[in-house]
Amino acid sequence: MSLSSNAATALAEPAAPVAEGEAAKKIEGKSPWRLGYERLRRDRAAMISVAVIVLIVLMAIFAPVIAAIVGHGPNEQFPAPIGVTVDGQPLGPSATFLLGTDTLGRDVLVRIAYGARISLIVGFVATIITVAIGAAVGLAAAYFGGLVDSSLARLMDWLLAIPFLLLAISLVSVIGPGLTVLIIVIGFLGWASVGRIVRGQVLSIKEKEYVEAARSLGAGPWRIMFIDILPNVIAPIIVYTSLLIPVTIVAEASLSFLGVGIPPPTADWGQMIADSQSVYQYGAWWYLVFPSLALLITTLAFNILGDGVRDAFDPRGDQLFV
Amino acid sequence: MARFLVRRIFEGLIVLWLVTVGVFIIFYIGPGPKGVARALAGKQATPEVVAAVSHRLLLDRPIWVQYGHFVWLLLHGNLGYSFYHDQSVNSILAAAFPITFSLVLGAAILWIVMGVLSGVVSAVRARSLADRTFTLLALLFYSMPTFVLGLLFLLVFYYEFTIHGLALFPGSGYTPFTTNPFEWFRGLILPWFTLALVSAATYTRLTRGSMLDVMGEDYIRTARAKGLSERRVIFRHSLRAALTPIVTQFGLDVGLLLGGAIITEVVFGLPGLGFTTVQAITQEDLPVIIGVVIVASVAVVVANIVVDAFYAVLDPRVRLH
Repeated sequence: MSLSSNAATALAEPAAPVAEGEAAKKIEGKSPWRLGYERLRRDRAAMISVAVIVLIVLMAIFAPVIAAIVGHGPNEQFPAPIGVTVDGQPLGPSATFLLGTDTLGRDVLVRIAYGARISLIVGFVATIITVAIGAAVGLAAAYFGGLVDSSLARLMDWLLAIPFLLLAISLVSVIGPGLTVLIIVIGFLGWASVGRIVRGQVLSIKEKEYVEAARSLGAGPWRIMFIDILPNVIAPIIVYTSLLIPVTIVAEASLSFLGVGIPPPTADWGQMIADSQSVYQYGAWWYLVFPSLALLITTLAFNILGDGVRDAFDPRGDQLFV
Repeated sequence: MARFLVRRIFEGLIVLWLVTVGVFIIFYIGPGPKGVARALAGKQATPEVVAAVSHRLLLDRPIWVQYGHFVWLLLHGNLGYSFYHDQSVNSILAAAFPITFSLVLGAAILWIVMGVLSGVVSAVRARSLADRTFTLLALLFYSMPTFVLGLLFLLVFYYEFTIHGLALFPGSGYTPFTTNPFEWFRGLILPWFTLALVSAATYTRLTRGSMLDVMGEDYIRTARAKGLSERRVIFRHSLRAALTPIVTQFGLDVGLLLGGAIITEVVFGLPGLGFTTVQAITQEDLPVIIGVVIVASVAVVVANIVVDAFYAVLDPRVRLH
């Protein structure tokens, strides 16, 4: 083997130092997505919470099946002495009603299963609205700069300064309660925090060479924003989305708890917990405890998953949320 | 410093003005004003009575007349009168504020102590059993909706304790400090812990992260090399530098809650600003709602200014202008 061919190989492959060889092989040819996904798969707590979330989703989808198996409809009221005591109090867990009954003699288990539908629908849909608006506004503010940026940034500061719950209650009580109203109000109130994060990220990459290159090739602002910039800020957006879902679920439950959320008789966790306030002091602990547990397990699972997603996709970790 | 304060107060006033306009528009567009006159006059009322009521409250006038009237009163320090209760909004707010203040003050002390101490322990002994326990607890309480924790507290410490002959805590209500300091304290223990535990989680995580960053700095190694005690290194050198994000979060949280800790107040039947707000909103008592919103916004704006000013004291590198 001649010296020159050795030199040629060295030039063609500026080989990595030996120590890094192993690590380099591990990430070789894998997209950031693939790497994040693999890191997430190794996170045991996150995987357990995924399993829990899948179970809750299945419970929501198959709520009618659960109702059929136990033979009680979600709004079916069982009169005394089957569903309530003779003096009208809820009945505790038994073979007929596994998690007891509520103030109107309805099956708590079946209502929890149906309540999961509301929590998950609002949790997902309102979060998607929030993130979509926030990302669009943040992107536009940072990309266009100048007056657009300063007025949008002010608007975000202003929205973040108003107590969310106060504004949400006012809006819902003016428009009237309901699932759609709830989704829209929650979805449209929370975007400022997403907008701020996306704006910061876009500001840091919009002067990069590849954006410059796209512009000199004649790409318009929309193409640059959505094809060249957006994919590069998608990781923090995904991380924030996963952490926003439990916040949204709690917001929905809180509004329903305060009586401005989902109107009865639709089953809803926050509303059930509010309703239990009138009977837990007469001993009906199950009506308070089981819906509370359903809500807590759901938010906990989403938070653990969100933490895992952050660790997997955002190497800088906590910085995003300080 | 003076220039900074003047500019920030001016900006704060603009925010307040925008907030009052916003609330006015929301309620004017909604069914509020028309419904109010009906509800006040009663079911049996003739249209003339309803018209008279709505004339007395200026509800039949154009929105700018109503708003102008409101601003005129506001400039005289008067927030108007409740539609329903025969009381001025000033006196309603004056009665509610001490309750919210008592609640937030006690809870804030608890959560800052719990959050910062657990965060420091977690950071100093990273990956130890204590760290894992605190991290897990923080995650649990962070995921816990306030009303769930409050009601579970009531179920255990009020209901279960009371039926077993241990009536330690009242189920709801508020006793003013001036009436009976002991009852005031007793009635607030459960609300304090509810609010503090759900808030402390954020501080545990914030302190841990911030301390871990700071403790990797060179000057901490220098402090250790000088032979300072570990306690001094942790509390004087590391914690002080790590405090900036914690102070920010604390100021904003306290500011936000002083406008009414809505959920906690509703769960424990404490008639503070949050409780008053919910009641006013369901009754569409516009003057009371605007009053609370103004107080809440003032609290947030003042908290922001105080936090910024505090930076300069805490961190010599920060200069205000």
